[in-house]
Amino acid sequence: MTDPRDLTAAVAAGALPAEEHHRRLLGSIVEVARAIFTARAASIFLLDESADELVFEAVAGEGANTLVGTRFPSSTGIAGWVLVTRQPLVIDDLSQDPRFARDVAESLGYVPRALMAVPLLHEERVLGVLEVLDRARGERFALEEMELLGLFGSQAAIALDLLQRARRAGAVLAGAPSDVAAVARLTSALDSLEGERREAGLALLEALNELLRKR
Amino acid sequence: MSRPEAHEDLPAWSLTSSEAAGIASPADWPEEVTTEWAWGEASGRGVRVCILDSGVEQGHPLVGAVDEAMAVSIGEDDEVVVEEDREGDLCGHGTACAGIVRSLAPDCSLLSVRVLGAGFTGSGPALLGGLRWAVEQEVDVVNMSLSTTKREFAGVLHELADAAYFRRTLLVASAHNMPVESYPWRFSSVISVGSHDQPDPLAFFYNPRPPVEFFARGVDVEVAWLGGSSIHCTGNSFATPHMAGICALIRSKHPELTPFQVKSVLHLTAANVRGPE
Repeated sequence: MTDPRDLTAAVAAGALPAEEHHRRLLGSIVEVARAIFTARAASIFLLDESADELVFEAVAGEGANTLVGTRFPSSTGIAGWVLVTRQPLVIDDLSQDPRFARDVAESLGYVPRALMAVPLLHEERVLGVLEVLDRARGERFALEEMELLGLFGSQAAIALDLLQRARRAGAVLAGAPSDVAAVARLTSALDSLEGERREAGLALLEALNELLRKR
Repeated sequence: MSRPEAHEDLPAWSLTSSEAAGIASPADWPEEVTTEWAWGEASGRGVRVCILDSGVEQGHPLVGAVDEAMAVSIGEDDEVVVEEDREGDLCGHGTACAGIVRSLAPDCSLLSVRVLGAGFTGSGPALLGGLRWAVEQEVDVVNMSLSTTKREFAGVLHELADAAYFRRTLLVASAHNMPVESYPWRFSSVISVGSHDQPDPLAFFYNPRPPVEFFARGVDVEVAWLGGSSIHCTGNSFATPHMAGICALIRSKHPELTPFQVKSVLHLTAANVRGPE
């Protein structure tokens, strides 16, 4: 039977690189959403329930370098409405909305013309919001696009769920005894090696194992 | 015109032969229900429509007067607090819905119950508290362009939806166009609404494949928005107030109709059921 401590180490080893992988997956989803809708920008907001805030988690296009990590209240504005009501929304002529124009211009550096937003639903939880801003040729978003974005939203929600699980595992690891963390780091380092270096690493670990077993 | 008082003298749990004459249905129910019979010349006068949403901007040119505006928040002991709304619309969506209802039923009385702004964690209890308040006020129509996916709220929402149904309050709720379990639109006691992409605001379709029961105008709709502005929007959440507005018209012309009967009228006057008039 497997020792529970082995399991902890195995899970922790998986948690170390997982967050980065899932972050890349979210990045890829917003990139593809932006490409499919020929949009100026696409972004995923993650709900941080403990702080009651929405956080820019992944951004493609305008704002990609500056917005990630930016936070705002979870139940106001258009993204807040989509989050709370679980309803998707398409809005044109956004520049007519004085509050939205001001707030977004401050963070984005420009005022989008149109916006399409869907809630990211995973089972009975809402994890965040996926938004797509401005189609390149000024075409309007219609019903078909919204349904397509909904499908994308399902994918993004699964990726967000994985990211949150990885973060929780990471947090568990951070609070774990230092010996478990040390083993996890070692396993993770070995996992990233290839070819001869991996062989050498495995041989070294085996030798270490033999050494530690000798009394 | 106001809706009839509850029929306290009528039998509730059983029916004896001597009582049968007392529950005659309205005599003017026509052989063929047409849109003209259902809401011709109606303006929504005497009907109270509650917008359960993000608040409504008072005095917006496309909305006009809002007769009562309440805000739902969660108190220190997690109790639901319903008090006068001093902040107005926190998003723009509630104003949009109010404007759509006003455009269809110009003489109706509009109420706003803001359930947005209580923080995310407070949003579920705020939704329930807001709906409970609206049902207790016995408003005629509640526009709910919102839903929850939390199963823990489904039971209470179901009870509130049934309470509304038996108290003659019509709940008109946005359906999801994504494959998710959400409420209250899935309950048979509410009128659930999805979108069609035609421009006629009075055109709606009956869906023979529920749970979405009706499709109303929801694509590229010009709506009222913050700061007295108007913008174009798409989504089931804009189809819903179209249906709510039509319900207000039917209610103002036929205040005696129960939610069950209003839904029957909607079925018979749907564009795909009635055929060309």
